[in-house]
Amino acid sequence: MLDIIGKRNWYFFVSLLVIIPGVISLFLYGLKLSVEFTGGSRMTLIFPKEVNEKIVSQVRKAFAEEKVNVYTIQPAKNSVIIRTEPLQKQEDIKILSSLEKEVGKFKQESFETIGPTIGKETTRKAFYSVMIASVLIVLYIALSFRKVPKPASSWRFGITAIIAVLHDVLLLVGIFSLLGHFYNVEIDSLFITALLTIIGFSVHDTIVVFDRIRENLLRVSGVSFEKIVNDSILQTIVRSLNTSLTALLVLFSLLLFGGESIRWFIVALFIGILSGTYSSIFNAAPLLVVWHNWAMKKREKSNTP
Amino acid sequence: MRQPSPLLIIFISLITILAVLINLPNSINLPIKIWGVNNIRLINLNTFLAAFDIKRDFSLKKGLDLEGGTSITLKADMSEIPSAERNNALDSAREVIERRINFFGVSEPIIQTSRSGNDYRIIVEIPGITDVNQAVQLIGTTAQLTFWEEGASPSAELATDSAALLPFGVAQILGPNAKKTDLTGKDLQKAVVTFNPNTGVPQVQLTFTPEGSKKFAEITKRNVGKIVGIVLDNQLIQAPRVSEPIFGGRAEITGQFTTEQAKNLQIQLNAGALPVPLSVLEQRSIGASLGNVSLQKSFIAGLIGFLVIVVFMIALYGQLGVVASMALTVYTLITLAIFRLIPVTLTLAGIAGFILSIGIAVDANILIFERMREEMRKGKSNYVALDLGFSRAWASIRDSNIASLITSAILMIFGTGIVRGFALTLAIGVLVSLFSAITLTRTLLRIIFR
Repeated sequence: MLDIIGKRNWYFFVSLLVIIPGVISLFLYGLKLSVEFTGGSRMTLIFPKEVNEKIVSQVRKAFAEEKVNVYTIQPAKNSVIIRTEPLQKQEDIKILSSLEKEVGKFKQESFETIGPTIGKETTRKAFYSVMIASVLIVLYIALSFRKVPKPASSWRFGITAIIAVLHDVLLLVGIFSLLGHFYNVEIDSLFITALLTIIGFSVHDTIVVFDRIRENLLRVSGVSFEKIVNDSILQTIVRSLNTSLTALLVLFSLLLFGGESIRWFIVALFIGILSGTYSSIFNAAPLLVVWHNWAMKKREKSNTP
Repeated sequence: MRQPSPLLIIFISLITILAVLINLPNSINLPIKIWGVNNIRLINLNTFLAAFDIKRDFSLKKGLDLEGGTSITLKADMSEIPSAERNNALDSAREVIERRINFFGVSEPIIQTSRSGNDYRIIVEIPGITDVNQAVQLIGTTAQLTFWEEGASPSAELATDSAALLPFGVAQILGPNAKKTDLTGKDLQKAVVTFNPNTGVPQVQLTFTPEGSKKFAEITKRNVGKIVGIVLDNQLIQAPRVSEPIFGGRAEITGQFTTEQAKNLQIQLNAGALPVPLSVLEQRSIGASLGNVSLQKSFIAGLIGFLVIVVFMIALYGQLGVVASMALTVYTLITLAIFRLIPVTLTLAGIAGFILSIGIAVDANILIFERMREEMRKGKSNYVALDLGFSRAWASIRDSNIASLITSAILMIFGTGIVRGFALTLAIGVLVSLFSAITLTRTLLRIIFR
């Protein structure tokens, strides 16, 4: 029999070890935000003929050669709308001349500075809705687990589930802060989506483990809380691994065969699912035990004056 | 062991067939020559569906990143706004437009502001909509709320000139020198329909932001005994006489409203009164930002991913895995059919929600199969293990799915743009996956174990 709960401090240590570098990087370097957050430049180029896939890729190449970050290139009949990081007029001229070598004749119809597509409002609302959703999930778990026999408390289940989510969010954001600093990986709208997906996956995963604990608490008596939690983890671990493995295999195929533009999105999901599975098994359930033991100790103290 | 209910089998078959029909392209052309005629049209789905009185276009709506849409550039008229506040006004106009588009549906707009010198613009890109008029309607360039007061000493000469520029009805009530106050829709916190306690007539109550309350108090203070005009969309809708200064930050718009009219006014004001007038400067249809190559690649990758799931499930669970794969195929068909029916604007964020829901659907099957295995290991027969497996797994499936539904509901209510798109596809996927895991897989297994 594997003893996961007994070695819980090791698992907490591993989590901290992985999270701390990212958190330090977050404080030192912050996040590298894409033009979707910061705003940038937008230009419209007009071509003498209809724009096709070839022209688009040539344009993309020309911008890459000048090391200018492009957010989107959108064809529209015989023009192309390009959004980039903020450009100075001189940079613009330089790019245009190298573009001319690449694609031949064209005209720049407009060059303007634009605000972000993801406004403060969007970010703030996404943040608040995740907060509200977390509170409601704690409430739902507390309600759904209300029948767990004393001295286990249904509130602890809800709150530890959210702590596990926090673990996954911190880990992912931290890693992307490092990636941003060292490899120029940017945070964009797809990253927000990945984060939301991970939150969903993490809660889902944790609840399955917790449900098993609840079931065993109701069925088995005279066994220590620690043992019940450990047994529950072992009973669900095959399912957890199978589910995550399926998801990871799919993501892996997306990584191999999918387009360039969604690569970091897939990487974010990959990291998040690994972390979500780890945290539901090695963080959430063990934390429940730590909290339980702590509450029991406190109770003993107050009972023996 | 319960027998599979024949009614359920018929129901599942019907739903599957319907989903297939909805997902089929409108017509399938065979690229072969028969009697010298090219491209024989094999099925025309619309003529087929017409028999059922269904005449909808079931094409999958794709978002800007996947298929492009309409781009509209709006010009904001800042002549009335003090220069220090122009940036703010532009940002809040942007937020109002975003709210309006979100209010109307499930498209995920991209909205950007642009300023250069004295030129203030808002660029709106709406996916899936090719009709520009429809797009402009969604954005709405009006619903601008302003408050007017009487001007200083009347001057007859100037009057005739400027009266023509005043909003409709203002000159008659406030005189030709009427002045616009600094109180605008930006200062409005919310509008609610209330009923006058004495007469029972519907009215719209405005609550101002703290800053708006200050401005409103100032206006009413200097206009005691005079008339203040409330103008919406360049039309005077009410001109109450101020009896005393109002400090509470509340105002009522009364008038000969029907309840319906009052409600419409409330919606218009809440959807956000624009802080500046907007006019359409330019419009064009634009292509996908991710590019066709990228999209094709991702589609193929998705297909491979699906095959990977099938192979993995069969490797893990054998016969059960085959059943799960069948259920999963039906699940995908039904979900895609619902996306077409609503219709959902599919963007990369939406696809992420969909992928997560596929994961949830697979997980439900894995949960059930693991429980069944446990029961079989205890020596229970297939039949018994099947029923026990389902009932044991149900609590987990229920709790984890409800948690996902709570998340998606909140994201849908409070989120904007991409976040909503994600939440919507996730919610639909979770609901269908509940049906798929519980009904589809169970019925299929009962047929096999019979």
